[in-house]
Amino acid sequence: MDTLNAIVQVLDSTIRLSVPLLLACLAGLYSERSGIFDIGLEGKMLVGAFAGAAAASVFHSAFIGLGMAILISVAFAMVHGFASITHRGNQIVSGVAINFIAAGSTIILGQAWFQQGGRTPALQPGERFESITADVISNFLATYSFSTASVADLLVSIRGLILYLPALLFDALARIPGFGPIFAELVLGHSVLVYFAFAMVPFTWWVLFRTRFGLRLRAVGENPAAVDTAGISVTWLRYRALICTGILTGVAGAYLSMVQNGGFVKDMTAGKGYIALAALIFAKWKPVNAMFACLLFGFLDAASIRLQGSPLPVIGKVPAQFMQALPYVLTVILLAGFIGKAIPPRAGGVPYVKER
Amino acid sequence: MAQAAIELVGINKSFGAVRANRDINLEIARGTIHGIVGENGAGKSTLMSILYGFYQADSGEIRVGGKPASIKTSNDAIALGIGMVHQHFMLVDNFTVLENIILGAETNALLKSSIAKARSELDRLEREYGLEVDPDAIIEELPVGLQQRVEILKALYRGAEILILDEPTGVLTPAEADHLFRILRQLKEQGKTVVLITHKLREIMAITDTVSVMRQGTMVATRETSKTTVEELAELMVGRRVLLRVEKGEAAAGAVKLAVKNLTVKDSRGVTMVDDISFDLRAGEIVGIAGVAGNGQSELLEAISGIRRAVSGSVMLDGKPIDLTGAADPGELRDRGLAHVPEDRHHVGLVLAFEENENSILGYHDDPRYLKGPFLNIDAIMADATDKIEKYDIRPGNPRLKTANFSGGNQQKIVLAREIEQDPGVLIVGQPTRGVDVGAIEFIHKRLIAMRDQGKAVLVVSVELDEIRSLSDRILVMFAGRIVGERGPDATEGELGLLMAGIEQEAAA
Ligand SMILES: Nc1ncnc2c1ncn2[C@@H]1O[C@H](COP(=O)(O)OP(=O)(O)O)[C@@H](O)[C@H]1O
Ligand SMILES: [Mg+2]
Repeated sequence: MDTLNAIVQVLDSTIRLSVPLLLACLAGLYSERSGIFDIGLEGKMLVGAFAGAAAASVFHSAFIGLGMAILISVAFAMVHGFASITHRGNQIVSGVAINFIAAGSTIILGQAWFQQGGRTPALQPGERFESITADVISNFLATYSFSTASVADLLVSIRGLILYLPALLFDALARIPGFGPIFAELVLGHSVLVYFAFAMVPFTWWVLFRTRFGLRLRAVGENPAAVDTAGISVTWLRYRALICTGILTGVAGAYLSMVQNGGFVKDMTAGKGYIALAALIFAKWKPVNAMFACLLFGFLDAASIRLQGSPLPVIGKVPAQFMQALPYVLTVILLAGFIGKAIPPRAGGVPYVKER
Repeated sequence: MAQAAIELVGINKSFGAVRANRDINLEIARGTIHGIVGENGAGKSTLMSILYGFYQADSGEIRVGGKPASIKTSNDAIALGIGMVHQHFMLVDNFTVLENIILGAETNALLKSSIAKARSELDRLEREYGLEVDPDAIIEELPVGLQQRVEILKALYRGAEILILDEPTGVLTPAEADHLFRILRQLKEQGKTVVLITHKLREIMAITDTVSVMRQGTMVATRETSKTTVEELAELMVGRRVLLRVEKGEAAAGAVKLAVKNLTVKDSRGVTMVDDISFDLRAGEIVGIAGVAGNGQSELLEAISGIRRAVSGSVMLDGKPIDLTGAADPGELRDRGLAHVPEDRHHVGLVLAFEENENSILGYHDDPRYLKGPFLNIDAIMADATDKIEKYDIRPGNPRLKTANFSGGNQQKIVLAREIEQDPGVLIVGQPTRGVDVGAIEFIHKRLIAMRDQGKAVLVVSVELDEIRSLSDRILVMFAGRIVGERGPDATEGELGLLMAGIEQEAAA
């Protein structure tokens, strides 16, 4: 039972730790598929995390925080677009600049506004996204009633009505003996952003391969001249891709500061943007692969935390740094030998210039 | 005369300091096939790209069907019924045919209905014009001839009434080109207007009703095709009389200089590109290798010049073997008298960011002539470069100019001057006149024949059949990695065309 427990716990934190990677990875997928390399995922996540936590604590609302995180992150994405699409600048330089601006500005503004050494105030209940646990669900089922007392009540009631059936199902699943607790631990008990992140995987696949926007997005990353001569604006298309990127990095940032942590701490992205890029290459720019890559990297992270200090059989004690380096090492090894060549979108990184 | 489908009035366009189009006036009659000829860089593609909305003219007016039209993007052009097949195809290589066709012409935000509509529409176009192509094939797996068909289908799918084709036959075998021309005639019969850009004058004579000639950004003449001749058009293109076929005497072939035996070469994917090839190259002769691009000529050249590893076989230079492991020292081969003018001068033959004088000694920079102790002897290098510029009429004649700023023909002359002036016993030349204008072609051909007459052995690989026929003393035809036939210099184009398409071989097998 003890080992089962340990495994479930590691898997559970795998999910928690892979969510920001997954969101950032999908964010990168939109921009890189459109032919814009985005090394600034890290910075956009960071400003999203800061804006989210700051707005949530000032306005006492998790949703306002999320909205602000997305807004600021999209604004930074537009800066990247302005430099690399409109002015055809070097995409790597622009991305690195964004990372620097993000790292510096969040600390300065945080200190100026909150005087807590670059932190934002600890978020109170209601300012964070709460976990949807088995208890929350059964509570909801027990207390639900349809009310038309005010418009707000009506909206809440309608939302409840939509959620009622899934809630019943999950409640029943969580009560099955044996299976129930594991289900409650792994699938339930996460915040709404976690479900959003995983729902984005099939959604992104659908957008990419079943919609007009997706077709054009994939085309512009391969051959922008083909898109141009087909009568489509390359510029506007790439800007739209970057808006998608900004939204997702915003959510990723909000997740870091408003779900995983109860507030913003300086440099809290800690290289996740880069791991997400590694995962993207590893996944060969495909959404479902991206999910597995991020889960794998999340698992390595979870395992490294779990194993910290406790010796493994046979190998003995593993330094934490080794586990932290593992995602990168793994990417290099697997790319070199096992999963074949990862071919990036062909027009990636090259500004579209018609007239030399 | 029929009503004008298109009128261009006073079109000007500059790219930086380059004036690609100056004051161009052009009228294209509805329901005709109108040819546009001109040397490389004359501004043909630019003019048509302006009509298609890909570039914006600096000044001038476009009228479509008599009405002034404002064409700001390709979308505007498509809406006016203009379609274009670009010189470099505008296809997404890893998309299917269908996806390429609906790109930009989708019916709504979801793909499903667009795909269904395109499928049935393609079916119709296929039956109507004989434009068969598998709608689910991936573009990069299709041969270029079919890729071009997809481009034509793209334009027709968008309802093009005016179809512009930019150098469509450069990538086709003679048989494929004939098929294309049949399709174009059919389009004309249906009342569509076709604009055909080419630099092959024979094609102009064969298919167009009217022909316009461009030279250095200007429109120099428009003629009815039936009232002009190839000679007149060539003269208009170049601005002086040119010899389309260089005169040469009988070859006096001597000893074997280069002997290729059972050579087999695979490419990086492990596909056999050169399949058990044997031939001899003798002193005092030019051997031409003909074939459609991609049939192993490039790999053959690379293996002989020691750049690419051969799987088996041998190559003897003056009776001594060349290292075929791919690790041959190009410097050593040069010392042994083997000079190589590579097919791809931009990537292999030149460093475009270097100055002309640096490129003119590239690879020979450790020759004591160019050295002063451990340092480069700049004075000697400059004198040498100036000398070559004079001898080869390289323009502009400034050895300090960046090589990227020379035109294609002059870049090729830089490479040729460098290799020929080393006085090699064997010269291997890939695509001697690719991207080179008519005037320079004549010059280059003369140089190669002069080499031969001095008793050197010359191997020429070219996809231009005319060039092969006019230069070679013996012609070898490659198809699918094999030499499928050897002919004399008087072989007809039809005969070689069949060999190039692998047809003779199939009949024999
Ligand atoms: N996109 C571009 N940017 C800068 N210069 C160009 C561009 N396209 C063409 N040119 C220049 O314009 C001139 C005309 O080129 P082009 O229209 O391609 O000639 P053609 O099709 O007749 O061979 C050339 O000198 C070429 O180098
Ligand atoms: Mg052209």
